[in-house]
Amino acid sequence: MKEVVVRAENLTKIFNRSIVAVDHISFNVWKGEIFGFLGPNGAGKTTTINMLITVLRPTEGIASVMGYDVVKQANEVRKIIGVVPQEYTADEDLTGYENVMLCADLYGIPRDVAKRRALELLDLVDLLDFKDKRVETYSGGMRRRLELACGLINRPRVLFLDEPTLGLDVHTRAAIWDYIKRLKEEYDMTIFMTTHYLEEADALCDRIAIIDRGKIVAMGSPGELKNSLGGDVITLALKENADATEVIKSVENVKNVKYENGVYRIKVNDGEVTAPLIIDALRKRGYTVIRFSLTKPTLNEVFLEYTGRSLRDVEESKESFIAHRITLMKARGR
Amino acid sequence: MDMINEYRPSLMRGLKALLHRELKKWLKDPVMVVMFVLQPLIWMGLLGKSLNIGGLFSSNIIDLSQVMSLPQVVPIPGDVIINPPGLQVVLLNGTKLSQVMLANLNSTISSLSSMVMQSAFGVTDYFSFMSVGMISMIVVTTTMFSGVSIVWDRRLGFLGKVLSTPVSRAAIIFSKVLNATLRAMFQATVILVLAYLLGLQLSPSFTPINLLGIYAAVFLLSVGLSSIFVAFSIRSTRMERPMQFITLVTMPLMFSSNIFFPIQLMPEWLQVVASVNPLTYLTDAVRYLTILPTDLSAVIMDFLYLGLFASIFSIIGIILSWRYLTM
Repeated sequence: MKEVVVRAENLTKIFNRSIVAVDHISFNVWKGEIFGFLGPNGAGKTTTINMLITVLRPTEGIASVMGYDVVKQANEVRKIIGVVPQEYTADEDLTGYENVMLCADLYGIPRDVAKRRALELLDLVDLLDFKDKRVETYSGGMRRRLELACGLINRPRVLFLDEPTLGLDVHTRAAIWDYIKRLKEEYDMTIFMTTHYLEEADALCDRIAIIDRGKIVAMGSPGELKNSLGGDVITLALKENADATEVIKSVENVKNVKYENGVYRIKVNDGEVTAPLIIDALRKRGYTVIRFSLTKPTLNEVFLEYTGRSLRDVEESKESFIAHRITLMKARGR
Repeated sequence: MDMINEYRPSLMRGLKALLHRELKKWLKDPVMVVMFVLQPLIWMGLLGKSLNIGGLFSSNIIDLSQVMSLPQVVPIPGDVIINPPGLQVVLLNGTKLSQVMLANLNSTISSLSSMVMQSAFGVTDYFSFMSVGMISMIVVTTTMFSGVSIVWDRRLGFLGKVLSTPVSRAAIIFSKVLNATLRAMFQATVILVLAYLLGLQLSPSFTPINLLGIYAAVFLLSVGLSSIFVAFSIRSTRMERPMQFITLVTMPLMFSSNIFFPIQLMPEWLQVVASVNPLTYLTDAVRYLTILPTDLSAVIMDFLYLGLFASIFSIIGIILSWRYLTM
């Protein structure tokens, strides 16, 4: 029996009585999993997180963390969650260690426990050597790791990561993923994260909810979501100039075959296993495969399928990103 | 296993931690400390020194030969007393007559000048009068920036992170208010020292104990003002709002008080405004505690008003901020 850790039901946020940032979304996050919100900027990811971490009051609907209502029992929720916001919130003028201790003070963690834990966490994120350096001297990756350490100081049951690798380069991003995985194992946490990086969602998340314009359009494990597109695509060409469609169709897990200009486009489930079976079947009938490729659908295709847009297109437009943030900021400012 | 809930985030602990951060940021940036003091210093040095109001009553300003028009000066041999209309003048001797009169008039005017200054400003030099008023000015600018700093915290995401922790919401507000208050008190000290170096004339009744009174008065006004500014800015995500508010409010607030000019000489409607303006009371209290002979009953009245202002406005400010911060 899976234990529900985060629960949202018809969660809705409307800014200014007109801008619907989050539109009646419902989901459950199971204990021990990494649950990801994948969507373009402005889809409502941060707004959702802000409601779950008790910073923003939902306009409608309910949400709870470990059974505590985020509005009515906000303070209980705050004690058991850790938050790593997408901004670098560590104070530039303080050292890394001082920043972690500041977080500890905010949770009221006894000083001696806090000191021990701060050092342990700084060690885990490989910042121990830099603990007495001011944060202004830190690189982007170091700052992000410091944020992780701060977010874990209260040994949270649920860790909320809002765009954990926003603005980081590819290498640093992969390194942060490793830290996240390691910390999750170390502290046996459930993680709720948002991202607009497909690779990140794919690499980290056990389950993903694709969110677009405030609505969840699809939910499932990365594998399930990809399979929901109708599986992998095999393209092959034969030496013989004959129609082998029926032969291919007879193979198990083949869903659909199209023959065009001498090339077969075959939709299959479980491409890696099915591909050799197709080749075997063709060979038995005396056909020779001269070209072959297997394409697995990416989350981008999943995203395209459900939203009609490519996430890659969305993510690259920096102007629209900034414009959107300003719009939302204005809306929140009222 | 469940040790998480044993943590008791206390108001004092949170307040101490947040205040520590604020003060550290402040001391880290000595340029800002200097900038804050520079503004009142410029006002005091330029306006206070250039507006030499006492100098208005001097012989180079008042052309006596015009005041005493010629036909009234009639050269008659021998000692004669005449009474020209409107003037009572003793004419001594034909040729020395005008010089004697001028000398007499000069001394009359200069004693008139000190009389006017004394009755209008309470002191004989304008610089002393306005320079202590600069303490009020620094309280206004310092406390206003407490509003700006909370907008910064929001924009940097720091406020969001703090709000997601169980720290008392009051600690968040109080840390801003206290930070502004401590800064204002420090800067008031700097202003006072600078004013003294520039020629502030302390009253003979001044004792170092009066400084405590000044701090108390500055404390009260700072708490009241910064609570309001924090409440005003707490919902804002844009810098422009508190900035505009500062520019909009600073000047009128200062000029509708007794910082630059005594209230009793203002038009009546402005006197009404000035008499509710809390800056008037801070300035008044500080003047009584520095340049004027200490008048305990006046100081007590000022403190009563400042205390009332501080309690009402900090309660309003804190309730407003609280309501917003608790979602």
